[in-house]
Amino acid sequence: MNELMLGNKAIARGLYEAGCRFVSSYPGTPSTEITEEVSVFPEVYAEWAPNEKVACEAAVGASIGGARSFCAMKHVGLNVAADPLFTAAYTGVNGGLVICVADDQGMHSSQNEQDSRHYAASAKLPMLEPSDSAECLAFTKEAFDLSEAFDTPVMLRTCTRVAHSQSIVEPGERQERPLKEYVKNPQKYVMMPANAIGRHVVVEERMKALSELAETTPLNRVEPGDGKIGFVTAGICYQYVRECFPHASVLKLGMIHPLPVKLIADFAATVETLYVVEELDPVIETHCLANGIRVDGGKNLFGLLGELSQGRVANAMGLPLPASADFGELTPARPPVLCPGCPHRGLFYMLNKLKLTVTGDIGCYTLGALAPLSAIDTTICMGASISTLHGFNTVRGGESARSTVAVIGDSTFMHSGITSLIDITYNKGISTVLILDNSITGMTGHQQNPTTGLTLKNQPTPQVSIEAVCKAAGVDRIQVVDPNDLTALETVLKEELAAPEPSVVITRRPCALLKSVKAMPALVIPEDDCKGCRACMKIGCSAIHFENGKAGIDETLCVGCELCIQMCVFGAIRFRGVTA
Amino acid sequence: MSEVKNVMIVGVGGQGTLLSSRLLGNALLAEGYDVKVSEVHGMSQRGGSVVTYVRFGEKVYSPVIDKGQADLILAFERLEAARWLPYLKEGGTLIVNDQRISPMPVITRAAPYPDDILEKLAGKGVNVVALDALALAQKAGNAKAVNMVLMGVMSQRLNFTDELWQETIQKTVPAKFLDLNRKAFALGRAQVT
Ligand SMILES: Cc1ncc(C[n+]2csc(CCOP(=O)(O)OP(=O)(O)O)c2C)c(N)n1
Repeated sequence: MNELMLGNKAIARGLYEAGCRFVSSYPGTPSTEITEEVSVFPEVYAEWAPNEKVACEAAVGASIGGARSFCAMKHVGLNVAADPLFTAAYTGVNGGLVICVADDQGMHSSQNEQDSRHYAASAKLPMLEPSDSAECLAFTKEAFDLSEAFDTPVMLRTCTRVAHSQSIVEPGERQERPLKEYVKNPQKYVMMPANAIGRHVVVEERMKALSELAETTPLNRVEPGDGKIGFVTAGICYQYVRECFPHASVLKLGMIHPLPVKLIADFAATVETLYVVEELDPVIETHCLANGIRVDGGKNLFGLLGELSQGRVANAMGLPLPASADFGELTPARPPVLCPGCPHRGLFYMLNKLKLTVTGDIGCYTLGALAPLSAIDTTICMGASISTLHGFNTVRGGESARSTVAVIGDSTFMHSGITSLIDITYNKGISTVLILDNSITGMTGHQQNPTTGLTLKNQPTPQVSIEAVCKAAGVDRIQVVDPNDLTALETVLKEELAAPEPSVVITRRPCALLKSVKAMPALVIPEDDCKGCRACMKIGCSAIHFENGKAGIDETLCVGCELCIQMCVFGAIRFRGVTA
Repeated sequence: MSEVKNVMIVGVGGQGTLLSSRLLGNALLAEGYDVKVSEVHGMSQRGGSVVTYVRFGEKVYSPVIDKGQADLILAFERLEAARWLPYLKEGGTLIVNDQRISPMPVITRAAPYPDDILEKLAGKGVNVVALDALALAQKAGNAKAVNMVLMGVMSQRLNFTDELWQETIQKTVPAKFLDLNRKAFALGRAQVT
């Protein structure tokens, strides 16, 4: 029966139907739901790995071990996984291996909008790109077949608008794929120079064969039109083109690496003008130009930035846009904020109060950069907080370490913070690192991680101790503090900043949205007791508003975390029924 | 059913807009339409401005909606109604929950919260339907059921039977909240607008 299905869920369905047995991923928007959705099938082993490199390597191992295997990540995760990726292109596969990368054009939830198609080209791997949920399912299965037919890992590229759109899918049955035999084969799987030299030849021959396939595969299809305007496009851009030009001729590319030459050239010959519509970089356009195919419009019209839409395509092509009303006044932005009760809030209030320089990292706590907390100085990539702090303090000298800290979440510390911490201890640094342990991977929507004691399938598992890891890395000064206890927090921070050796402060309090965390009743501010000093507004809690000179609490939002109580010197904030 | 219809559901992260779009999507699917629903997960869900696009018709290509294209916008909050107004077609319908949730720039006094939003919207050549969905949700038993109240109001504008809505609600919401959601939906559906 037909179902309305999220692109990510359709990929998970595709994995199931393709007989995939092994999935290892690290969460990252917009790829996360693939792994969550596939974990409900008992036939598929699925796990969260500590980071994308580990996930990719585990999937490579499972493939060599004979199983159809998979791993998913967001675009920046592929930077982390690039090392195994490039060499897995040399080894090829045993069981089929598919690596999914979800790009985030427009940066809905990301720190950059890199174009992952370049990875397929530089790693010399085939890449497929679906344009809706039905193709998510079909292309996932196709990717496994290609992987086994050509003895290569296959990349599957999605984007936010495909991964996070629901469209109609017709689910099918699972086809079991028994484990393939494993035969020792060092020439194929031991990539030392003598063997790799031989495998590079195989890679180039395989690319030639795949280029031939690109000319004929049904993944690439011509939709004939009126012969006037022709579009070459792929993925989500295909939908925008079709929306604007229902009668145009379209060459829709499902396989976006390697790209066909003759197919495009023949198509170009059937139309009067040829446009290439793609988001971000001119990958298809450059390919056309390099092969002497005339392009009448491409990046000059559609630009290099952000995501397209039917409106942007129409506008670039000179079509009229529908009239639209304007509110006529500035509407204040509504950026995301730390949730009421978030354990990160108290910490960032304190870091701001102490006027520290803070190297930040990626997670919910990146929101500590926004006003009024305004506490973060840098954010680069996962794990960078600790290593950038080390570089910063090393060049600025001894005193710098007394007024700087790194902040990193529990999941991010497991992902890539540990090696950075070792950079500090090994090289005699004295920096102070704060590990924000909210017992979950918050930003991406509550995934378990090695510090939480539960697996992806919610089974109990030994918990990695952050304290023990730090100790083993050579840190002697480790303190644990509740970030909602502002007095204790201030004392601990001052002690550790003053210490002439590396230290770690673990701020430990679970995410307020966890089911295991019981919300307290909402707090109230009796109007007569509020003196209007606005001290409670400094913590930037969205449950506290200030109107007509008085602070008030939205009882539907407040979870009674009591942080604001510590801000009010007049004792005006309290639980209902408690008198001052 | 050839023409594609466009509905936007806008609000503040945490208000339950995703459940509304799921319900609408499933109802449209049951009615035999081609449907696309585009939602935002991740960062902006943390109390940010959120938008879901729902498109249906005989054949739907793009999953998103652009300025001047929405037939109907369901706004869970006043300021969000104002923000997304340019996406509404001329003569389109704007259903607004008359609730104010101050965004952080307002809380920090970096920007004012616009006054008299509903009155201003009414003068923009669109049909404004305003109601206090929060009060109705509380009446149904839980402030969190605002999404179902608003869906009930919206259901007045789609020609689907009660039966279809009831079946779809049952399919879409978790069993333990079924009664609450049914009640909230019914209150919205009965609302005179
Ligand atoms: C290389 C890479 N992988 C994944 C992500 C997506 N991502 C952003 S933050 C985050 C995890 C944050 O968890 P944690 O460090 O525990 O902090 P919290 O959000 O819980 O405060 C992830 C997975 C990313 N930005 N970069």
